[in-house]
Amino acid sequence: MKSRLFLFVLLIALLLAVPVSAQDNPPPDAPTDDEINAVAKNMYCPVCENVPLDVCPTLACEQWRAQIRELLAEGATEQEVYDYFVLHYGDRVLAEPPRTGLNWLIYIVPPVVILAGIVALYFALRNWRKPVAAAPQSQAEKSGEPEDEYMARLEEELAKRN
Amino acid sequence: MAETELELQTDAVETEVENERRGMSLWAKLLAWGLVLGLLAVVAVQLVATQQGNVGPGEPAPNFTLTTFAGEEIGAAEMQGKIIVLNFWASWCKPCEQEAADLQTAWEMYEPSGEVLFLGADYVDTQIEASKYLEKFSITYPNGPDLGTRISQAFRIRGVPETYFIDKEGNLAYVKIGPFTTLAEITDIIDGLLDS
Repeated sequence: MKSRLFLFVLLIALLLAVPVSAQDNPPPDAPTDDEINAVAKNMYCPVCENVPLDVCPTLACEQWRAQIRELLAEGATEQEVYDYFVLHYGDRVLAEPPRTGLNWLIYIVPPVVILAGIVALYFALRNWRKPVAAAPQSQAEKSGEPEDEYMARLEEELAKRN
Repeated sequence: MAETELELQTDAVETEVENERRGMSLWAKLLAWGLVLGLLAVVAVQLVATQQGNVGPGEPAPNFTLTTFAGEEIGAAEMQGKIIVLNFWASWCKPCEQEAADLQTAWEMYEPSGEVLFLGADYVDTQIEASKYLEKFSITYPNGPDLGTRISQAFRIRGVPETYFIDKEGNLAYVKIGPFTTLAEITDIIDGLLDS
């Protein structure tokens, strides 16, 4: 009798527990926090500049992450989520600005400046070395006589004058 | 003699080569300076734009079209000849809640005259939360998202709430940064514009 009562109580407990656990667990196809953050880390909320959306603690950003969750749950791809946010909040929400108009400067200027710097450095180094390599020849070298002989003669002449 | 001629010829060739080299470096320098100055000009323009601050009273109000949450488009034709009260707000903005009820009351006061149009531009917000906010404060004047933050950028707002009063001629008459604390604060500005 006791065991039957125990089984009955256990059955009731299991029946009660099933809906609760079903409510606690998200549907199997629901996006995980990691999936949401993977998208969010490439975005910035205009309200909290310089803080990526995945770590931004403000209410505005929390709402944005909820929006990402909703879009992903509806089956949107990562690119479609970005497109949605750009449409609603402008392209400044993207960590990597789209390659259009003046934005191109961001992608072109740094490599061009680095390249120009390397070229300038190369020519500067070449010019610094040039004077040493192309030093004017001494009179002794030009005349083909060894320098020490020339100096010896000079000193000899000076000695005579003294 | 022959040696001297050879030396002179060598010197002339060296001078020519040197001049050519200098000529090339001059062009390179001009190009480099041109690039640097161009880049500085772009940075300066961007800097001036960001440092400009809000659109000030007396300036012509920027043209804009607000598409409401209901899908209605409110543009220049609907605004012509009316005093416009353009309020920037967001559901996540706590100070906005301070003035929400007063703005709605003011709208109810002026709506029958047809001379004043209140508009709400929802800044960087999600539609679900925005709808909850409008419902919470029973706001009935036209409200819509600031799509692409185009309106807020045109007015160069710094945050929310901010409210812009545009006179009947389309000029900006008054700018309120931060929330209104009383209903009288709103009505005083509108009454002043109606009397002028």
